[in-house]
Amino acid sequence: MTNWDRFLETFFNAKMMARYLPDILQGALVTIQIAGLVIVCGLLLGLALALLRSIGLRPLNLLIVFVVDLFRALPPLVIIVFIYFGLPASGVKNWGFIATWLSLTFVLMAFSEEIFWAGITSIPKGQWEAARSTGLSFGQTLINVVLPQALRLTIPPLTNRTIAITKGTALASVVAVGEILGMASSAVSNSYNPSPLTMAAIGYLILFLPLVVFGRWLETRMAWKR
Amino acid sequence: MLDTFANAEIARQAWPILLAGLGNTLLLSVVVVPLGLLGGLILSVTATSFHHPLVRYPLMAWVDFFRAFPPLVLLILLFAGLPFAGIQITGFACVCIAFFLNTGAYYGEILRAGIESVPSGQTEAARSTGLGRLQTMLFVVLPQAVRNVLPDLLSNTLEVVKLTSLGSVVAMPELLFQARQAQSLTYNPTPIVLAAAVYFVLLWPLVRLLSRLENRALAARK
Amino acid sequence: MAARPVVEARGIHKHFGAHHVLKGVDLVLAERELAFVIGPSGSGKSTLLRCLNRLEEPSSGSVMVDGVDMLDARTDLNHARQRVGMVFQSFNLYPHMTALGNVTLALRKVAGKSSAEADALGQSALARVGLADRAGHTPGQLSGGQQQRVAIARAIALEPRVMLFDEPTSALDPELVGSVLAVMRDLRQSGMAMVVVSHEMGFARNAADRVLFMDQGLIVEEGTPAQIFESPAQERTRAFIGQIQKH
Ligand SMILES: Nc1ncnc2c1ncn2[C@@H]1O[C@H](COP(=O)(O)OP(=O)(O)O)[C@@H](O)[C@H]1O
Ligand SMILES: [Mg+2]
Repeated sequence: MTNWDRFLETFFNAKMMARYLPDILQGALVTIQIAGLVIVCGLLLGLALALLRSIGLRPLNLLIVFVVDLFRALPPLVIIVFIYFGLPASGVKNWGFIATWLSLTFVLMAFSEEIFWAGITSIPKGQWEAARSTGLSFGQTLINVVLPQALRLTIPPLTNRTIAITKGTALASVVAVGEILGMASSAVSNSYNPSPLTMAAIGYLILFLPLVVFGRWLETRMAWKR
Repeated sequence: MLDTFANAEIARQAWPILLAGLGNTLLLSVVVVPLGLLGGLILSVTATSFHHPLVRYPLMAWVDFFRAFPPLVLLILLFAGLPFAGIQITGFACVCIAFFLNTGAYYGEILRAGIESVPSGQTEAARSTGLGRLQTMLFVVLPQAVRNVLPDLLSNTLEVVKLTSLGSVVAMPELLFQARQAQSLTYNPTPIVLAAAVYFVLLWPLVRLLSRLENRALAARK
Repeated sequence: MAARPVVEARGIHKHFGAHHVLKGVDLVLAERELAFVIGPSGSGKSTLLRCLNRLEEPSSGSVMVDGVDMLDARTDLNHARQRVGMVFQSFNLYPHMTALGNVTLALRKVAGKSSAEADALGQSALARVGLADRAGHTPGQLSGGQQQRVAIARAIALEPRVMLFDEPTSALDPELVGSVLAVMRDLRQSGMAMVVVSHEMGFARNAADRVLFMDQGLIVEEGTPAQIFESPAQERTRAFIGQIQKH
């Protein structure tokens, strides 16, 4: 047996792959669930915070900035571990899933708020004034005039940040969630073969590589339009 | 409630353990940030120096590959996979390789954008004065490139420092790992709260600085 | 009995912090009247206009537009603002919308018109400024003069009682100024009451009923164009007129 054969036998063992494929697929489903929930909740919360901030109430804004800073400064894994082990919720079903979902949602909320806010503040004052002078209310101006322009500006950085944070779903394996990595790790310890890990790696690539390429495409497209 | 989350007695006991962890987190950061930067430099300088598609596209694929890969997956793949290939490797070495690959890709993408933002006239002017290709890159292009993408570089560095917490998964005794040790010894979450506080105090100034820089950058690009 | 004035602003003061920018300005504008405001940079012309539709909050004084108290807390400000059109030096068109979209936004959202109604009104407003064929263009595809005419259409589509122009041609290349002034002249002929801040003395001479000279937050002097331009009573006015006529 050549070295190459041995390598294939170890890391791309067909028998092992076939045996653990259902587990990995099941894990992929969990990964997709967490990722979807995080993206929707995180972006919506981030946008909501940015809109709240644009009202301009000073105490509220200080609070928002503090919360955003907090979740930008803390490592996601620390937040997950904190919620999982720290909050008194032993016995809640799927607590690891919930802890990961909440943690990454807060992180994405913080980063996206910052990006949305930068977008909103970069719209010139004249846009506000023109709209208000025709009788549009604060809210109507924000929704119809300012946000559409701000969003266009924020889409590329937002896409890349969202992908980077969503990849954090793999951290759920640390708190015993059976997502792709968790499934693969237990499969490796059961089978004494690393092929499930190889599959997990391929699984992540299938999920995230298209997103990364999409983000790159968006970035160059927007760059030309500028 | 306070007894559980901010138990003074436990905090006092855990403090030395956490402090050791903090030291290791800082040490780890001091190693992996330059490693990632080095990886990024190699990628970006190569990508911008050779315009041949046979260089450009493989490099782009490399960068996207490692940007798509969750760093924890990479780390576990190395840590749990390599022994099967007969390679014995420490957690520290795994972290170094993983960070070189992962954060190198991110730094590389940022630096490439920076280098491309420097007008080609700069290179032409430098070459016309007799500077070599490498000298031009080092003394003329890179300094301007770094300045142009400084917010992104800093932001990525913040992420890298935060990412060192992954070391806990492969038993590196950094801040999070130590906190979890202390937690399992005391059956109390106070050490984790404390560790979170330490991270926050450590990184908040950088976060503040960044949000200022980013606001300015976005406003400028209209 | 004289008809009720369209705009009646009395005793307007405006402070920006310690900076006293308007020091008791009165401006009364009759139906169909065009008041032309001149004065050195920083004298408070823009601030005065912006107090009339409450883009700036006057520190004290009263502003009535078409009998509606603009400063009363009970006034529906957004509704009242439809009656006061404003045109800005920098156009401030919405870059993400077509010309027609720019004109119809407030028609739909504030005036409550249906999309079809708004489009019809928007088209006729664009036709009035000579841009019926540019309805589908975005601001980026239009020249500066065309952009400013779309901005005028955006305001007149709401059928305001008065139009405020803040240096509408100052950001334009010289060859594009004429088209905007022509639209303003048409508007004047249709009987629109207007307050125009501008340096276009030629326009003032043949279109303005009254010229007001502002300096340091006060209206120093006012009169017919002939009075102000040929024989100003105040030394400051004379100096200012002399300066701009040198150019
Ligand atoms: N939002 C503001 N905050 C502080 N000062 C202002 C503001 N707007 C205008 N000013 C000041 O008020 C004065 C009058 O400004 P403006 O009305 O724009 O003058 P004009 O239009 O005649 O050139 C200037 O000194 C200007 O600096
Ligand atoms: Mg002005």
